[in-house]
Amino acid sequence: MQTVIEALVCVLLLLGSAFTLVGAIGLLRLPDFYMRLHGPTKSTTLGVGGIVLASVVYFSTHDNYASLHELLIPAFLFLTAPISAHMLSKAGIQQRVFISSATRGRPPATGACASNEAARAAPHEGEPGRDA
Amino acid sequence: MLAIVIPVSFAILGLAFLLTLARLVRGPSLPDRLVALDTLNINAIALIVVYGIKLRSTVFFEIALLIAVMGFLATVAFTKYLQRGDIIELN
Repeated sequence: MQTVIEALVCVLLLLGSAFTLVGAIGLLRLPDFYMRLHGPTKSTTLGVGGIVLASVVYFSTHDNYASLHELLIPAFLFLTAPISAHMLSKAGIQQRVFISSATRGRPPATGACASNEAARAAPHEGEPGRDA
Repeated sequence: MLAIVIPVSFAILGLAFLLTLARLVRGPSLPDRLVALDTLNINAIALIVVYGIKLRSTVFFEIALLIAVMGFLATVAFTKYLQRGDIIELN
């Protein structure tokens, strides 16, 4: 039984580390800011989830009580990762970062995130004063 | 078995740290560097949890949770500063 639990901890540790490494490789290798955003926000967060799960299994079997309070970390990360990704992409749109031709979709021409030139070129109908 | 896997996990996480640092140094724009900083935070949480398993101590859980909260607040504050040029707007 002890061997099975140790093997489970090892597999979870290696899986989490591998996901974290994949996220870092994506952050380094992908050509575009909007593509690079995928690495840390999905893969790295899942990697932390795996590592914390390994920690939960390890301490639950060694201390003879369920140490579930560590699950707070991935819960918090899973809550905050989409929020920070959203705010980072909004900052990227406003800073007008380089967009690769392989990236699907373009930043909106109107609205709060639009660049000034795009808003001036195509003013929205129902918003007076936007193109002033 | 765990005595082998924990150093391997440390090595993989350290490699992830190095790759993220390379993006932090190279990153052509400011949002790229912000993404790299956010990733460094999450990597630090993973590293601290693995270190807690190695030392068989549950103290490191609180540190990891603190780093998670502080990292999220830092990312939000940085993006707000990039978008508005100010973090706390009074008027």
